[in-house]
Formats: sequence, C-alpha cells, structure tokens
Amino acid sequence: MTPSHDTLLEMQRRMLRIRRFDERASKMVKRGHIPGTVHTSIGQEAQVVGAAMALADGDYTAGNHRSHGHPIGKGSPLGPLMAELVGKATGVCQGKGGSLHLADFAVGSLGESGIVGSSIPIATGAALSSKVLGNGKVSLAFFGDGAANQGCLYEAMNIAGVWNLPIVFLCENNQYALSTPAHTVTSGVIADRAAGFGMPGVRVEEGQDVLAVFDAVTEAVDRARRGDGPTLVEVVTYRFNEHSEGLRLGVDYRNADEKALWLEKDPIVLFRRHLVAEGIATEEEMDALEAEVLAEVDEAVRFTDESPFPDPSVAFADLYTDPTPGPSVDNLIGATA
Amino acid sequence: MTVMSYLGAIGAAQREAMEADERVVIIGEDVEANVYGTTGGAGKSRADKGDFLQMFGANRIRNTPISEEVIVGSAIGAAMTGLRPIVDLSYSSFLYMAMDQFVNQAAKNRYMFGGQASLPVVFRSAMFYGLNTGAHHSDRPYPMFMNVPGLKIVVPASPYDAKGLLRAAVDSDDPVLIFEACMLWGTKGEVPEEEYTIPFGKARTVREGTDVTVVAISSAVPEAAAAAEQLAEEGISVEVIDPRTLVPLDRQAILDSVGRTGRLVVADPAHRTCSAASEISSIVAEEAFDALRAPIKRVTTPDTQIPFSPSLEKQLYPARAGIADAVRSVVGERQLARS
Ligand SMILES: Cc1ncc(C[n+]2csc(CCOP(=O)(O)OP(=O)(O)O)c2C)c(N)n1
Repeated sequence: MTPSHDTLLEMQRRMLRIRRFDERASKMVKRGHIPGTVHTSIGQEAQVVGAAMALADGDYTAGNHRSHGHPIGKGSPLGPLMAELVGKATGVCQGKGGSLHLADFAVGSLGESGIVGSSIPIATGAALSSKVLGNGKVSLAFFGDGAANQGCLYEAMNIAGVWNLPIVFLCENNQYALSTPAHTVTSGVIADRAAGFGMPGVRVEEGQDVLAVFDAVTEAVDRARRGDGPTLVEVVTYRFNEHSEGLRLGVDYRNADEKALWLEKDPIVLFRRHLVAEGIATEEEMDALEAEVLAEVDEAVRFTDESPFPDPSVAFADLYTDPTPGPSVDNLIGATA
Repeated sequence: MTVMSYLGAIGAAQREAMEADERVVIIGEDVEANVYGTTGGAGKSRADKGDFLQMFGANRIRNTPISEEVIVGSAIGAAMTGLRPIVDLSYSSFLYMAMDQFVNQAAKNRYMFGGQASLPVVFRSAMFYGLNTGAHHSDRPYPMFMNVPGLKIVVPASPYDAKGLLRAAVDSDDPVLIFEACMLWGTKGEVPEEEYTIPFGKARTVREGTDVTVVAISSAVPEAAAAAEQLAEEGISVEVIDPRTLVPLDRQAILDSVGRTGRLVVADPAHRTCSAASEISSIVAEEAFDALRAPIKRVTTPDTQIPFSPSLEKQLYPARAGIADAVRSVVGERQLARS
C-alpha cells in the first residue's frame, strides 16, 4: 500500500524536524547552552522516521542514546523535548532525564536509555502487555549495531519468539559503535541472526530511502499486529556527525571518501527530490515546509529560553509513587552550603 | 485464621492477587509446574502440578526461558504499560544476572522520566542460605539493593507477614523486591484466610523488653526471639523488632525502642560490610547517640563467601547463641552496676 499524500509530506516534515532540531541542539552544546552532550541522528532520519511512522499512534517505542529522533519521529512536540535537553522544568521529563533519557508517554515513547541495549527488554515487556491485554498495540525497539552484540537482545528475541509477541526489533546499523566499525566486532550479518530464533530477518540496504524503511517496517508491524510474532529489521544507514557532539577523537576511524559517499545520500535531499519528481509537491511547497519546520524549532528554543529551571525540591520527587521512603529537600541543606 | 506455612502463605497471596486483578501476571522459570511451590492451589505448600496454570491460563502464568535479564526487563516494560507482574526469580543469587535492569531501569525509570512512568512490579526471590548449596546459591543480597534509590525492599519473617506484605507489594505502584528466606519456608503460623495487606514501613514488635533492643532481619527474627526467651531466664529483658521492610525503613520504631532501652544489637544474615545492620546502626548512632548506654553491636555473617561443608557453613549466620552473647556484652555494664 502506497502511503497517502499527507503521509508522504509528514515523513518529510518529521525528517526535517529531526534534522533542524539536532542541528540546533549541536550548536547549543557547542555554546554551552545544553549541559552534557547529545547524540544526533543527522543522516539517519530516513531510518528513524520510516520506522516510527510505520507504527500507529498508540504503539510503543523504546530507544537508546541517539535519542531525539525517536520521539520526534513518533510525533512528539519539539518544545518540551528541547526544554528537556537544557534541563528546564517544562522538559518532557521535568529536566530529570536530559538528552539520554527522553520519554514522551503521550506518543507511546516509553523512554530512551543511556545503557546500550538496555531498553530492548523494556520494549519486549510492552509487547507482552499488549499480548496479555489484547489491545492490539505493537512495540518497537530501536538499537544500534553496537547494541546488537549485547546478550539481552538475544534473550529478548528468544522470549518474543516463544511468546509470539507483537514486537519489531529495529537495528539502526550506522556501521559504527562510537569508533568501532561494525564489521570488526560483529560476526556475520545482523539480520541473519533472526533465523536462529525462527523469525524473519530483513536487511534494508537502502536505509537512506524513507520509503524503503517504511515498507519493510510496515510489513513487520502488520505481521506483529496480525498475531504472527516478532521480526528483526536491520537498516543500513550512516551518521553524518561525530558519535556525540563536541567529541573530538584523535583518530580518523571513518575515511573522507566514505563520508563523502554517504553525504551524497542525504535522506532529506533524496526524498525532496522524489516528492517533486513524482509531482507530490512543488519546490515552493518544499521550501515552505522547510521554513515551517525551522519556525517550529525556533519556537521550541524560545519556549525553552522562557521556561524556568526546576525547583530544587524536584530532585527528590518521583523516586517513588508515594513519598514515604524517599529523602527530602532538607537533604540539600549542607550539601549546597 | 488458619495455620499456614510461610511458603503456603506466599502461594495464597499470589492466588488472591491473581483473582483480584486481571492485570496481575506471574512471570518466572518453572512457574507452570509449580516447582518452587508458590504457584499451586490455596494454602497448600506444594499443590498438584501446575494448578495455577489451570486456574489462570498460560496468558497470565508466563513460564520463561532461563533469561534473567529479559525476565526482569520485560516485567518492567509490562508494568509500564498496564500489567502488574509478579516475577519469581527463584534463587536470589540470580538477581545479579539482571543487575542492569534492576539498577538502571527499574530503579531509575520513574525518576528520570519525570514521573511519567509507574512500575507496579514485584520481584520475588528466595535466599537459599543455610542449606549447604555452596557459594553460588547462598546469597542474601538485600543490602546491595537498599543502596539503590527507587526500589522497595521487603524481608518477611513470618507466614502472616509473607502473605500481607506480598499483597501490599502487588498493590504498590513502585518496583518491590521481596527476599524470602528458605530457612523460614517451613515455619507455620496463624494467617487470616481473608485478604489483608501490611503497610510498608511499619515495623513489628516481636517481643517487648526494657534492657536492650534487638533489631532482627529475616531468618534472624526467630533466632532473636529464641535468644530473648533464653535471656529472660537470666533476667535480661529484650525487645525484638522486625522492620519487615528495609526500604522504607521504620526508623522511628527503632529509635523509640532504643530511646527506651538505651542499647542496640542488630542481627542481620547479610554480609557485615554495608549490611542492613550497618545502616540501622548508623541511623541510631546519628540520631540517638545520647540514648545509648553501650556501644552498638552487629551480629552478621562475616565477610566471607559461603562454604559448602555443613560444618563450615553452620557457624556463619546469626543464630540465637551469638545474638544472646552480643546482648550479654552490651548489658554487661548494667550487670556490673547491679552486682
Ligand atoms: C552498556 C554500555 N556500554 C558502553 C557504553 C558507551 N557507549 C555509548 S554509545 C556507544 C556506542 C553504541 O553504538 P551503537 O549501538 O551502534 O549505536 P550508535 O551510537 O551507533 O547509534 C558506546 C560504546 C554504554 N553507554 N553502555
């Protein structure tokens, strides 16, 4: 089934949101406006959006440290995400998660994780919930090629297989885990590992093509929703920036030719060309969309700037659902003096 | 009231929780076949093979592969999205396999997502110490988890408490770890047949006394009670307190008791360093130092691994004789004064 006109434009809109949001975040890290660091999805937008938009609104995702794209791809508004990156009270996690731990339950985003591989079992549990409650929801776990070598993925694939859970395991193979090329630490092909668990394994070579990703993941999601169980989808893609913003490694683990080759395959440029060539949108409409998204990001930054930092007492909130066992703001006395 | 074993009380609580709420599911290794005796019928310590499975069906009785990390992680994900899982991790030594999920996910999840998530999930595990099962199956790891903010830690010491605390754990919207001592499995006690819960953070005074407070944990509770019995004959009046939940901890009950007696012994089957006993001793030293008339004593398992040979193992855990000795030593000053 070909996506509707509106869906196609929405794909481009969400890819642009990720790009502009991450570009802005990168600048803000460099200027010291964002504390800590961020990992951008620049270059990987087709993979993120193709997967996220293959899901329905109520479906679940859980992800990793390369974290902004997943909730944006799922439709999360930008203001609270940006505010979270800066640690503001209006952040999607009230300033307690930051870039590594975004979560927006309102769009089914159950949370990103700073521990490589760690969110895969969580997504599996969400799929178990759907199965026990019979609510028809599908769950999708985003993880990198590095995470693909964590044992918990295989525990999760096995249990999802035997329980026939509605889940998609989505490997974002951007070909590097920090400085380590995937082929130097990964035996065989990641998608082929699905066979060992009796589930389909699909490798999307054209991971810069949002429609190719969308098609593959849609098939996996349909399969899950039909009750036919899990699928492993590996998408080949590339990150244009460093592993994390501000990180400067002395060694050049990615050569210039390779980088240039992949920069040619910018998913947003490719898709814009496609939309115009197919007569789905005009150049003017595409320009307008770009301006619209840029304004959204400006607005998110304005919202962030105008938001207050959290009250100190928030450091002691939400450790538990009830206040009984936790410490209190009184513990700060002395600590800050 | 009916007389139930500790193990039977756990089974009864699980059955009641499953009947009361369709969102309660049981997840664990060998739970279908009721191998550990807590997924069998009402009040029986070990029921006919697999009767929870017949009662509740395979959708809610989730027999798992041996995959502790995904068992724990998937229970967390399920709890975040509408279920209330009870996870049976069998031996407490296996919790280490899933340390990442306990520490990085279960404990941090609600906090770091700014209160968006709640995690109504119960993790049960049995501490198989004292049964000559050697170092790999004799752990008492609750103090490690007390060191992780965000988890609730429960250590029932009687059948009544085992049932009431487990029901309260299922009702809790936070992740709860229950450590059940196998040494207590066979103990029998009066347990209401109807449903009841025991609130977390409320210690139980096992026995009242005036000379010394003994705070005892898990299988040390009956040992402390026996020691108190013996010491009473010697004219020493011992108050025995069982905190029942270590997080939250009923600090006030402990401080009040020490305020009355002026002396504290803590009996804790965990290893000595950074034990629950260490924490309780610190609280009393910080907040009730003026009330103390003698140094605090800890009776714990020494900082060694658990050896296999029965002759080696049996001397290690806090037992009545060691607890009684510790009490005598802290009341020595008083006895001297009288003599
Ligand atoms: C368990 C764990 N080990 C190591 C790290 C440090 N680390 C953070 S990201 C990363 C690379 C992950 O690579 P991959 O899974 O391929 O994701 P990508 O960054 O390429 O998107 C590493 C080693 C970590 N956060 N967690």
